[in-house]
Amino acid sequence: MPHIELPEPDAGVIRRRPILIEDLKARVGADLLILDEDGRRAYETDAFTAYRNVPMLVVLPRTTEDVSKILKFCHENDVKVIPRGAGTSLCGGALPTEDAIVLCVSKMNRVIEVDYVNRFARVEAGITNLEITSRVAPKGFFYAPDPSSQLACTIAGNLAMNSGGAHCLKYGVTTHNVLGVKMVLIDGTIVDIGGTSLERNGYDLLSLMIGSEGQLGVVTEATVKILPSAEGARPLMIGFRSPEAAGSCVAAIIAAGIIPVAIEYMDRAAIEVCEAFAGAGYPLDVEALLIVEVEGSENEIGILLARIAEIAAAHDPKTVVMSSGPEQSARIWAGRKAAFGAIGRISDYLCMDGTIPLAQLPHALTRISQICAEHDLKVANIFHAGDGNLHPLILYDANDDSQADRAEAAGEAILKLCVELGGCLTGEHGVGIEKRELMASQFSATDLAVQMRIKTVFDPTWRLNPAKVFPLAATETMRSGRAASTPEAA
Amino acid sequence: MTELLRPAAEWELQSMIAKLAAQKRRVEIVGHGALRNAGRVARSDVVLSTAGLKGVTLYEPTEIVMSARAGTPVYEIESLLAARGQMLAFEPIDLGPATGAPGGALSIGGVFSTNFSGSRRILAGSARDNLLGVRAVNGRGELFKSGGRVMKNVTGLDIARGLTGSWGTLAVMTEVTFKVAPLPQTMLTLAYTGLPDDLAIEALTTTMATPLEVSGAVHLPKGSAARLRQAKLKGIDQPVTLLRLETFSAAIEGRKEKLKAALKVYGTPIELDAEETWSLWSEFRTLSVMPFSTETSLWRISTLPTKAAEIVFAIEKFMDATAFYDWGGGLIWLEVPAAADAGAADVRRAVSVRGGHATLIRAQPEVRASVDVFEPLKPEIERLTRGVKSAFDPDGLLNRGRMYANL
Repeated sequence: MPHIELPEPDAGVIRRRPILIEDLKARVGADLLILDEDGRRAYETDAFTAYRNVPMLVVLPRTTEDVSKILKFCHENDVKVIPRGAGTSLCGGALPTEDAIVLCVSKMNRVIEVDYVNRFARVEAGITNLEITSRVAPKGFFYAPDPSSQLACTIAGNLAMNSGGAHCLKYGVTTHNVLGVKMVLIDGTIVDIGGTSLERNGYDLLSLMIGSEGQLGVVTEATVKILPSAEGARPLMIGFRSPEAAGSCVAAIIAAGIIPVAIEYMDRAAIEVCEAFAGAGYPLDVEALLIVEVEGSENEIGILLARIAEIAAAHDPKTVVMSSGPEQSARIWAGRKAAFGAIGRISDYLCMDGTIPLAQLPHALTRISQICAEHDLKVANIFHAGDGNLHPLILYDANDDSQADRAEAAGEAILKLCVELGGCLTGEHGVGIEKRELMASQFSATDLAVQMRIKTVFDPTWRLNPAKVFPLAATETMRSGRAASTPEAA
Repeated sequence: MTELLRPAAEWELQSMIAKLAAQKRRVEIVGHGALRNAGRVARSDVVLSTAGLKGVTLYEPTEIVMSARAGTPVYEIESLLAARGQMLAFEPIDLGPATGAPGGALSIGGVFSTNFSGSRRILAGSARDNLLGVRAVNGRGELFKSGGRVMKNVTGLDIARGLTGSWGTLAVMTEVTFKVAPLPQTMLTLAYTGLPDDLAIEALTTTMATPLEVSGAVHLPKGSAARLRQAKLKGIDQPVTLLRLETFSAAIEGRKEKLKAALKVYGTPIELDAEETWSLWSEFRTLSVMPFSTETSLWRISTLPTKAAEIVFAIEKFMDATAFYDWGGGLIWLEVPAAADAGAADVRRAVSVRGGHATLIRAQPEVRASVDVFEPLKPEIERLTRGVKSAFDPDGLLNRGRMYANL
């Protein structure tokens, strides 16, 4: 460890650093730049902390025009740009290289406009996810996508990664909740994609942009849908004797025509750690726990929870606990939401993020246990059961190189398993550098070429967040600038 | 007579397109012909129909996911879903009857190619929002896939959704995978009568700000309402504002009372039960409340709900228009008298100053060939659009001119 290859920094660009700094200062002013090493070091990694590189410089624009000037500067000077929000990426999506500029939008964090009648909010890209909901909540609205990092992560990052969260089973992910963006292309051109109305005109460029991991442009503003908050919500906890029983219960709930707002799954290892940390009242004598949340009026919630409990009864549950009110609901969720932190207290871990068809769940869990055992490592499983988005946490000791190597190898095997089972490499964390080389296990050379050609349309010289998402060897020609070429299918 | 190709399998379609690409021959893509009279007329040497690519290839009711070959008729899919108590949540619109093409000929590939979604879009999202993955052949003759069959997937660029609304100009979809939804246990409609357009839109937006999960919010001005076929509303000589609620049986009455209380100032509604509601909202899926005269042109306008009535009012100053507001006011279907430009100058001016965009859906072929059917693009967006087209179809062979004259 580390094993993920990064391209050699461009020594020529690094040599030009003093001149580049002076030029950029002249264009945007010195106060937007972070030049000292300590300051730059704060941007050397994101939440995928195994990899670090101090960037050449960091720039913190305040306006779309600033971003436009910065990108134009990079375009003219052949400098790579790493767009960054809050740096919470778990796949190395915001990892810089030493020859790159980090462009961080965290200072662009205003709410520009809220229209409650037409139900949208226009915000700057550096605003945190949770801040949008905080701003509109007093009027009974919320912004739906709720990644676990929502307190810290920015809308810019959410757009880059098409983020979801526990409640996306009902409300969808970022791409379902964004109407339009203002973004800047690498040559400094400012474009508005989409707008405030529900439907867009022409090609759906917004779909191409959302989830593109900062490869197509830098988003500076977003127009997002705001939804009326439900009258109330309450969860139900169901403990099962086996993962199979929990999996069949999820299928039975959906087959009964009920789409809860969230269905979360934890295995025994995760339950024990989370209960010890949060005292959520989780049962400790079960192999699998589901947290199922429904929304509506108090009357509707009561009816739905009773119906779900009835469905669960057919799957021989060991425990069924219906939250009786806000305090208990908060406690139940506190355990789940603190899961990653709680496990982090007892061990280092690699958090995987593959998705599988739900019917494959029991098989997937068995194989994940086998894979980790084969690598002599332990694993805890937490995931969004409604949509099959697995989060196996592979426990290891980061100070032990052998364990770290084995953890990476086990993670790779798990992600390949997800693809083999009909799923995908990442449900919400993104590809970044972490899964870049695995892309060939999910996509053919043609599939990748189709995607890379779109990257080339938006960023012809591959200066925006290069060396992410696509296998390194496949992008070498484009990144080197040797050809303004169209990626070819093999 | 134009050559017609009708591949029966994906590999055959791919080899046909590859051959056409090598010969640089332009090809018009059709399904069963439901959309043939909508949009611009493609300039082509060959017509390729996906009608032979039929059949559901995957259906997992407990995972609410289905895959089907592009030429599968929507009615077959909906019938299969209904048998398992499920449906397409976004209620695809069948433009056939409104454009003089056959009704019931809509294919699932056509649905995602045009992204035309019905009333339930306000709750369940559009066709695009429900799409999970595609297999498709681009203008280079390459077969590729994007997305997959799972609900959450952020692996690489979202090419699948990027193809929606591209009207077959980027690639020919061969198979689509999409999310389905449970049929509601029950539903009802509240019909308010006599509200002028601006007041009706106010009622719709008030409704949409409640947490009652209204699944349809439509306003029919006087002339349109008179064309309703549903027995309880048939021939009503007043504007009708319609709100649909759906949920499980034990909860529907509670929601209804809350909605009525929220809309008390707009009068006392006529109530329609589940069966009446089903038949009423089916009318909107074929736009049968519009006149459909050969003497008129049909427009589809996407805008902010609060601007919708203003837009229609502004257009009515210049021509005799018939409107139907869907999506809580966010979508206007508008029929105007036939004219050399289908009223494009006035319609587009009324929309552009208030925000939104207008698409000409039906007009005589020579009119659709001479005016912009889709809203003209700003230069920087046009540059990206051309780039995207070129990335998929460098020689401009697929549905050339179907969306824009020069693309």
